[in-house]
Amino acid sequence: MSLRRTPLHALHKELGGRLVPFAGWEMPVQFAGVVSEHFAVRRQAGLFDVSHMGELRVTGPEALPLLQRLTPNDVSRLVPGRAQYSALTTDSGGFVDDIIVYRRGEESFLVVTNAANTARDLAWIRERGGTAAECVEDLSDETALLALQGPRAPAILQTLTDLDLTTVRYYRFAEGEVAGVPGTVARMGYTGEDGFEIMVPADRAEELARRLLDAGASEGLVSTGLGARDTLRLEAKMALHGNDIDEDHSVEEADLGWIVKPDKGDFIGRDALVAQREHGVTRKLVGFELRDRGVPRHGYPIVVNGEPFGEVTSGGHAPFLKKSLGLAYLPADACEPGQAFEVVIRGRPVPAEVVPTPFYVRPGKKKKKKKRAAAAAV
Amino acid sequence: MTPDDLYYSKEHEWLRLEGDGSATIGITDHAQQELGDIVYVELPDPGSALEADDVMGSVESVKAVSEIFSPVAGTVTAVNDALEDAPEVVNSDPYGDGWLIRLRLDDAGSPAATMLSAADYDKHVASEAD
Repeated sequence: MSLRRTPLHALHKELGGRLVPFAGWEMPVQFAGVVSEHFAVRRQAGLFDVSHMGELRVTGPEALPLLQRLTPNDVSRLVPGRAQYSALTTDSGGFVDDIIVYRRGEESFLVVTNAANTARDLAWIRERGGTAAECVEDLSDETALLALQGPRAPAILQTLTDLDLTTVRYYRFAEGEVAGVPGTVARMGYTGEDGFEIMVPADRAEELARRLLDAGASEGLVSTGLGARDTLRLEAKMALHGNDIDEDHSVEEADLGWIVKPDKGDFIGRDALVAQREHGVTRKLVGFELRDRGVPRHGYPIVVNGEPFGEVTSGGHAPFLKKSLGLAYLPADACEPGQAFEVVIRGRPVPAEVVPTPFYVRPGKKKKKKKRAAAAAV
Repeated sequence: MTPDDLYYSKEHEWLRLEGDGSATIGITDHAQQELGDIVYVELPDPGSALEADDVMGSVESVKAVSEIFSPVAGTVTAVNDALEDAPEVVNSDPYGDGWLIRLRLDDAGSPAATMLSAADYDKHVASEAD
């Protein structure tokens, strides 16, 4: 099977990107190097090509009821111009995929999916959506997606657009021109930094990428690859479908219960997720740090007193925090920070412990409001 | 440039004869480039006896872990402890400060019979790229 290429393939080669197979696509894993790209995004800015991701347009009178039925988050709460993190859930509350739902108008939505899952998602939507799924259109081939991420991203992007980016707050988007290219500019990302995801027609993507790289050069903007994207998202504890979340792990188990809104009415997986919320889950996704040298990686076993205790779902050396970090499902009664266990790294048990997440929070980011119950207890 | 005074393995290790029956071993510039940013180096304990082609340690980059094979038989006399805190030196100076281990050779003869010259190693790398 030949690998698919994004509209920026030629530019990646020109810029010295190292291209590797990823989810059926030929994608740049790195340009200058994963660590330097990681630091560029934490300190200045990086430009990622994420055109391999899928884009589905959902329009018409059936659009809202269809998305309400397929996803756990409450799509009716979205006003046009806002987006939400959500999922396509199975009957048992697992992830067919994790997705972002944009509301463009009363009856107009856009769903962004993971590259490896787009075909599966479409099949799932058609299978479970019935005739209502006729309002879903796959725009993936004609759509490119660029992610401009890092503290300098707003300043760089503002030089190329008349959109007032100060009004495009987190998980909002605006439609307009960037460097003369019509597109959708959404404030979000997968790095733990401020930044934007910019959706444009595939045939204008290279032009836009060149203009962004030119405009950002003096601000320290560099081309960044999927290697840095993975280390950045791990530091920010953002789940990766296929590693940390899948059909066999539920939204509640993945510690993403905040996207489950049972009060909105029925949706696929509601009964299972409500039951888990009421009775608790048996395992939960947590973050951990190694207490000795080594690098934990996806699939490494976790043991306590030599007995199986879990498995690493994502792991690696975190360049900015300079620690070996990972995510793992552990028994729900053993998820508190400080919980000790061992990760077996090629036969060698290495001590580790559960730590609070996200591992990395960018400077100046507002802390989440404390839970009411905790405040009342004081 | 691949240094002319070293011997090379097809698994991308280099070996320098020190002239006193010992040899220094590291990974090649090509190997460190392929691995990318190195974040962790695992080395054997001094005193370990290694056979040719034994796994003597591993080098991990942000992307992958790669096992390192001893190209010859011998006993480990020293390991590069500096890599514990600065594994990135393997990237910046693979033939110098980024060396991995030193060992006393079991066979004081030349490793030329089993290892590659710089020119042959370059050909090997080129053939792998095809």
